[in-house]
Amino acid sequence: MGNYITFPDLLIWLPILAGFFCLFAVNQKHAKNTAIVFSLLTLGVSIASLFFTNSEKYMTYNNVSYIWLKYLGANYFIGLDATGRMLTLLTAIGFPLILLTSQNDQLKKPNSFYGLLMLTQAGLMGVFMAFDALTFYFFWELALIPVYFLSSIWGGERRIQATFKFFVYTFAGSLLMLVGIIYIYLHTDARAFVDGTIATHSFALNAFYNAQLSGTEQAWLFAAFFIAFAIKMPIFPFHTWQPDAYDQSPTTVTMVLSGIMVKMGLFGVLRWLLPMFPSASIHHANLVITLSVIGIVYASCLAMMQDNIKKLVAYSSIAHIGLMCAALFAMNEISIQGVLIQMFNHGINIIGMWIVVEIIERKTGVKKISELSGLAASAPVLTILFIIIALANIALPLTNAFTGEFLMFAGLYQKNIWFAVFAGLGVILSAVYTLNMIQKVFYGSVNNVTTEVKDINLTEKLVLIVIVGIIFFIGVYPQPLIDLTSESVTNLMFKLK
Amino acid sequence: MNAIILTAIWGVIMMFGGVFIKSKTAPRFVAITGMLIVLSSSIIELLTKKSFFNFDHNNMLHTDGFNLTFIAIVMTCTLIYFLLTGTEIEKVGSHVGEYFALIFFILCGISIAATFNTLLMLFIGIEIISIPLYILTGSDKRNLKSNEAALKYFLMGAFSTGIMLMGIAFIYGGNPNASFYIDKIQIGLGHMPVLIAAGLLFIMVSMSFKVSAAPFHFWTPDVYDGAPTVFTSFMSSVVKVAGFFAFLRLFELSFGIVHEQWQYLIAFITVATLVIGNITAVFQQSVKRMLAYSSIAQAGFMLLAIFALNAKAKEGILLYSAAYSLASIGIFGILTKMEDYTIDGFNGLGKENPLMAFAATVFLLSLTGIPLTAGFQSKFFMLMAAVDNGHQFWLVIVAVIFAAISAYYYFRVIQAIYFKESDRNVVVANAVNPFFNYMLIVIIALIVIIGIYPEIVIGWMYR
Repeated sequence: MGNYITFPDLLIWLPILAGFFCLFAVNQKHAKNTAIVFSLLTLGVSIASLFFTNSEKYMTYNNVSYIWLKYLGANYFIGLDATGRMLTLLTAIGFPLILLTSQNDQLKKPNSFYGLLMLTQAGLMGVFMAFDALTFYFFWELALIPVYFLSSIWGGERRIQATFKFFVYTFAGSLLMLVGIIYIYLHTDARAFVDGTIATHSFALNAFYNAQLSGTEQAWLFAAFFIAFAIKMPIFPFHTWQPDAYDQSPTTVTMVLSGIMVKMGLFGVLRWLLPMFPSASIHHANLVITLSVIGIVYASCLAMMQDNIKKLVAYSSIAHIGLMCAALFAMNEISIQGVLIQMFNHGINIIGMWIVVEIIERKTGVKKISELSGLAASAPVLTILFIIIALANIALPLTNAFTGEFLMFAGLYQKNIWFAVFAGLGVILSAVYTLNMIQKVFYGSVNNVTTEVKDINLTEKLVLIVIVGIIFFIGVYPQPLIDLTSESVTNLMFKLK
Repeated sequence: MNAIILTAIWGVIMMFGGVFIKSKTAPRFVAITGMLIVLSSSIIELLTKKSFFNFDHNNMLHTDGFNLTFIAIVMTCTLIYFLLTGTEIEKVGSHVGEYFALIFFILCGISIAATFNTLLMLFIGIEIISIPLYILTGSDKRNLKSNEAALKYFLMGAFSTGIMLMGIAFIYGGNPNASFYIDKIQIGLGHMPVLIAAGLLFIMVSMSFKVSAAPFHFWTPDVYDGAPTVFTSFMSSVVKVAGFFAFLRLFELSFGIVHEQWQYLIAFITVATLVIGNITAVFQQSVKRMLAYSSIAQAGFMLLAIFALNAKAKEGILLYSAAYSLASIGIFGILTKMEDYTIDGFNGLGKENPLMAFAATVFLLSLTGIPLTAGFQSKFFMLMAAVDNGHQFWLVIVAVIFAAISAYYYFRVIQAIYFKESDRNVVVANAVNPFFNYMLIVIIALIVIIGIYPEIVIGWMYR
């Protein structure tokens, strides 16, 4: 293997190939099955890569580098490190789950739908594995474009405006980042290539880490990159695109957006922002954490007031991401370890939440909490599985999110007790709105909307059971996840010193 | 040199062809043959650095890798333009041969304007480009809008030509060598003499006019809108980038030494162009007019090259020429097939003609500057050039903000194509032959290839 086929290659090309095949699928079933088969293959590759973590021994298995723009000093360089392995695993697990539960039977142009979805996966994989700034930027945008089309074509009534808002926000952010990339690039050292040519500057990640930048320059560049990542996460006050986009996108796409795509922002901070501008990051940490904490409390309050289930889940996601961002900028070992675990867990849990919301919306045709009541009587299995996922979402002990949130709060507490207090408010509020929602939707008396509802079918059961299984497994035994990611924490802490 | 001579000869051939050939379709094939000859001979000259024709031009023309590459790009784009929309040229009027002849003369002018070594040659080149353009603009003789556009263009163009001539005279009188040769214009560092400064200013104004940079852009929307769409396509792509190329060469070679003294002026023009082009484009309902304003907006980005004036800028202008011309020719080619030129006219194109819809999307994405398209690489190089220039970082930020705004109007068309339903019977009015579709695929392929691997264009320069 090694020299011919590598894990990063497979992780990118399998989804692209799948997207290509989907385009030529004859009907919906065919397209969907192609996508599922390929996404399971990708999952297999991703799991296999977990057994080749030794970076020195399996160097050639985990890294791909082709000379791309020689005299600019840009390589097509992708590879797997600890963080990348975790996030590609999340992407690889997420997509089959999402695809299996997507059951829009009357989808128009199903082959394009699944094709674009698989291209999104390729873009996401690329972002998580890029070790070269230009490669990173390419994949960053590449993940955005298919999602734009997915949401605009197959979304809800106000899809065009909502999606366009989302697009303009992220596009403006990424252009700022592009300027930042160019600026740093011009301050990097020369890069020598394998074939002997030398470029005056370099786009390589390591060269970016070592770029010579003054304090003021760091501050400006920090702003340029941070805005791009903050929009993607999103962090208050850059979050206004999100509830609309989540609400109007087809739920399948919303799962991708909230489960995996928001991790792009956090990942950007982890891989690029913090190590590139350590001093500026430390300098602005309090500001960022304050914004995040405001976001947590504000989003939680909004979630409490929501009557629309989809928006409730969207706001709850903003709150959770806010907590992760705050913990990232606490910048101590515990909190960063917590974020790394939580990124994975949040992805699993939020996909689970969306799957249930999608099932409810499909079966009843409404998404208003006030119009739903007594689902537990007609769909008991769904209710039990959903309650477990919801409890994981509010990070009860024994569920996967507990470990992560515990570590993050411990880290925030070390940074400043008040941050931990206010962020903790978010957890309490999340219990309020989640339990409130469960009570109203699943319990109470059966009304005319919910009487006819049948319980979930076998596929849905299987998918939800897999999610619940992951929740309990990591909740009881989080060590594998910690082992997988601890290397990144050490490296990052080293850079921040 | 090959390109200058051959385009001139072929222009004459086309003129006579117009007299003798009665068939309406034959001139197109003659023109395409001519284009193939011109293109291959300019590529041969680029590779061997030797011209077929050796005549004594008194060193008034100068060829190097840079401008030969540019000429090759221009000829390639024109060939693609002929192949894609040649049939539309036939529909404009009865003088088909003459239209092609005029285009060949414009190409001759472009080749001169790209290789000039004296201000006289620059002037002649620019004029050879302009005069046929006035005629082409008015070629739709029975259309009042076309006539009005032609007259407007002619009057304003003549005025700007006068200004340019005055500028050249000032430069001639002001420099101690009393020479038109651009390498002999000695300005020296320090304070510029009044005559030179005035001459520089006049030339800058008239060149800005030619490339439709604000505040000298007022002719652009009317002329682009009034001219037959197929000629707007040519004007807004190949001709426009040629103007920029001459602009860049002139200011690099003769005024490069006092770069810092006029840099602020260019920065002002750039910002004005970006603001006016982008903001006005946002409010347009007609796609043709929107593209006219967007071409002003794109000019703002190209001006960054003249602002930066470094190696990256030169590479950038080549990339921009290729990327912008291809996307422009493509999108205008599609526009000629449409029933209705408003944005709503694109509603439902995705359903009716998926290939054309996809092509239009790729061209618009390229104009927006999304990665994987040539448009991204060209904008990327421009930004890199401007950042590399150092001390004017704010300009880069302004450019980037307006690049984000440009997404708004380009995406409106994409939204119409895919997300909206049409209420009319036909979206595509004119018959689309398979060859048109093949050409669209070729252009898409070129845009993506340049988008991934820009060295395919730039590399020639250093050969």
